[in-house]
Amino acid sequence: MSDTAVAPHRALGLTDAEHELIVEKLGREPNAVELSMFSLMWSEHCAYKHSKKLLGQLPTEGPYLLMGPGENAGAVDVGDGLAIAFKVESHNHPSAVEPFQGAATGVGGILRDVFAVGARPLAVLDSLRFGELDSARSRYLLEHAVGGIGHYGNSIGVPTIGGELYFEGPYEQNCLVNAMALGIAQHERLTRSAATGPGNALVLFGALTGRDGIGGASVLASAELGEGDADKRPTVQIGDPFAEKKLMECSLELLDRELLVSLQDLGAAGLTSSSSEMASKGGLGLDIHVDRVPLREPGMEPFEIMVSESQERMLCVVEPARVDEVLAVCAKWETTATVIGEVTDSGRLRVLSGGEVVGDMPVEALVDDCPLYDLAPEKPSAPIYPAPARTLPADADARAILPALLASWNVADRRPVFEQYDCLVQSRTVRRPDAADAAVLLLPAPTDAGERPAIAVSIDGSGRRVACDPYRGTVEAVLECAANLACVGAEPLGLTNCLNFGNPEKPHIAWQLSESVRGMADACRALDVPVVGGNVSLYNEGPEGPIYPTPVVGMVGRLPDAARAGRLGFAVAGDAIAFAGPFTPSMPGSELAKLRGEPLPDGLPEVDVAAVRRAQEAVREAVRRGELRSAHDVAEGGLAVALAECCLGGGHGATVDFRGAGSEGEPLLETLFGEGAGGFVLSGSRPALAALAREIQLTFVGEVGGDALTVTLDGDATLSWPLAELRAARERGLADAIG
Amino acid sequence: MRFGVLRFPGTCDEVDAQLACERVGEAVILWHGDRDLQGVDAIVVPGGFSYGDYLRVGAIARFAPIMESVIAFAREGGPVLGICNGFQVLCEAGLLPGALLPNRTLRFVCRQVDLTVEHADTIFTNACEEGERLSIPAKHTTGCWYAPPALREQVEEGGQVLLRYAPGANFNGSVGDVAGVRNEAGNVFGLMPHPEHAVDPLTGSVDGLKLFQSIANHVGAHV
Repeated sequence: MSDTAVAPHRALGLTDAEHELIVEKLGREPNAVELSMFSLMWSEHCAYKHSKKLLGQLPTEGPYLLMGPGENAGAVDVGDGLAIAFKVESHNHPSAVEPFQGAATGVGGILRDVFAVGARPLAVLDSLRFGELDSARSRYLLEHAVGGIGHYGNSIGVPTIGGELYFEGPYEQNCLVNAMALGIAQHERLTRSAATGPGNALVLFGALTGRDGIGGASVLASAELGEGDADKRPTVQIGDPFAEKKLMECSLELLDRELLVSLQDLGAAGLTSSSSEMASKGGLGLDIHVDRVPLREPGMEPFEIMVSESQERMLCVVEPARVDEVLAVCAKWETTATVIGEVTDSGRLRVLSGGEVVGDMPVEALVDDCPLYDLAPEKPSAPIYPAPARTLPADADARAILPALLASWNVADRRPVFEQYDCLVQSRTVRRPDAADAAVLLLPAPTDAGERPAIAVSIDGSGRRVACDPYRGTVEAVLECAANLACVGAEPLGLTNCLNFGNPEKPHIAWQLSESVRGMADACRALDVPVVGGNVSLYNEGPEGPIYPTPVVGMVGRLPDAARAGRLGFAVAGDAIAFAGPFTPSMPGSELAKLRGEPLPDGLPEVDVAAVRRAQEAVREAVRRGELRSAHDVAEGGLAVALAECCLGGGHGATVDFRGAGSEGEPLLETLFGEGAGGFVLSGSRPALAALAREIQLTFVGEVGGDALTVTLDGDATLSWPLAELRAARERGLADAIG
Repeated sequence: MRFGVLRFPGTCDEVDAQLACERVGEAVILWHGDRDLQGVDAIVVPGGFSYGDYLRVGAIARFAPIMESVIAFAREGGPVLGICNGFQVLCEAGLLPGALLPNRTLRFVCRQVDLTVEHADTIFTNACEEGERLSIPAKHTTGCWYAPPALREQVEEGGQVLLRYAPGANFNGSVGDVAGVRNEAGNVFGLMPHPEHAVDPLTGSVDGLKLFQSIANHVGAHV
């Protein structure tokens, strides 16, 4: 080696100290195969070495929890012996480098996590972040990431039922693509991944193994983006939804026939990670014959076979007597299946080629011995993020601001995006993406009473507000998700999260991460919602700086009667309108503040989480009793935007009393457009709302009707917007940018 | 009566179609590699992506073993309904006129659309009224029905267009707003919108059920 050459372990992302620890665990220098495998298993992506200590704070116990963190997906009980398995995962760096395939394989990967636990995938949701749409790069990333999600999800017969999409400068180079999937299974069908029974066969099935995605977990996912990322395109995997569809049907049939001991998908770090995780969970060893692995191209080295991230592959443990049956089911689904090894009691992962041992490592060293690092959090003394660019004219008044907000990219109608997804396949979708705050899906078992139970699901997270205040911003994200469930009448059962942050080795990012996790833990405890699993995506930054800290929260709830699922749109002229909940609007950090180019505040107002929970429970119960005709939570753009969305959602105008907020100036703007947690816009009969007012903070503010949104201000001044104007503004925003 | 619903590798909407059929009769899934139609009274070729549709939509599926039996069944006058990918497969198989081209926008679109019933005296629409509006979702990338002028004239004059997109609803650019078309004999019908996703008030509309009911009415009247 010349003096200037980088040591092999450093090129693979390992530190000198980590390399020394590997030598100590092996009692010798690792060979090239072993070093590749350690570099992946000890990467941030696989070992969570900078986040694992923090994640211990999150509550993982709850009355409905069936399977918690550690399996391919978590699961909750939804009654009638049924379980919903779900998880969210990131595919950020692959999508920043190659958005179509990056996003497509993100969907493919999360679906495999769900059917690996024996659940039939029911739905996908996506959480997407890009730079502002006046950038050609952001438009390119958006178009191709959305195309990739649709290409994969639509082709495989799993509906994409919801999601969220925001545009902010700090995501310009480093977009975020998080995908969440849900699946359904009988309780007893939930499958774990532990390899058991020495002598059992290890069967690899699915797509052929090629050179794609080599080093994806270590080189791409566990380092900052920077110059020359285009050269990393070969580390992005290529997805084939048709192969995955066959793989899914094949896996579910294998489980239906009870032919498998355990099942695991191949994701990041390919065969290395899947096999060592299975061996670790079973406390056993595995022998893998890499020369038996069916290859897409000849001449692949053993290390390449072990680390390839080729998509659409699964690994299972099978009793020897069942192997022929397993191979026959795979043949029926035109899916290649090969016995590539066996379970041993050695506690070692051995890699063999041509009968020779080419790698031999203790499973424990690979899976459990990666050093965990303490963070060195420090609150930054100066703002990290530049103020957003001003896009609103300086003289814009309340009359002009509402259409401007509705047309802004973060608030505008999402239809141009979600219309590119099949939200209907499987015939369960009771609430489509624009009909309610959360998606609602029918469960299969009708109860005796004729009620059709359903689940509701929502995914949320506001990076900008977390950037203002990592603790309270994260609390707000959890509350927002729960509020969305409350609006359709669903009780939250469990939560999955994806923590998207910058480089945790930097003190200010460590501070964002630790404050955010603390906020999530406190909010989950306050709502009694356990975390069933999730994903951490770090190093989301480039030369321009870090992304906004973006914890994304996906929540699953249950409602007893789908026929009473809430809607967001005003439904009946003459209904009363009320604002409910402990909502105190504030301007700093809001969408309007962004449009006005105001810098991010240092801190957000405190949230009374207990009061918010009471309001959510009261709204949920009122929706379940069928007493509300509409329920919508107040989010981006504040009360005025929420009212406009209720009007446009139902096709009815409204007259709303804002007297007391002044007739002009900053106090009025803060009342109309200020943001915060805990607010709802409700409509229904006056007696029903009056009953609710006895339980929670509730103010009657107006009446549904007409074809305009009219607000009354002090001194009998009024502001009025024809619905046609608001609709045009809201529809224009994204449609203009996407084309 | 009994429906047979085809399943190719990559078919996505077969279970939805089976559930829709079961609201008006019995239904069995028929595997692409088999040739036995199990004595069913009508065939549904459902939506999805048969064999991945990487070559051209429906181009591989028409060669499946089961399709030999379906073609023979159709030639003998058996009712065959093709939905979305099934419509594409039936066009590829020469059982229906015209072809399906990529949408005008070149994008996948999923949208509830209004359709107008052009003729109600058919195997597939006898439970509808002529001129009735049906609200049914459509979702596809390759749904722009096309026929050369001479063929189109023949199809129109023969009364073979059973469903048209209502004004403003034709997002894919189909000529003549054609949403669904039958063969000359009247026993094979294909449409791009998905009636099987419109059979339960909880999940949208129930207008799609009328097509399945129509087939059941026809079979019931001819046993």
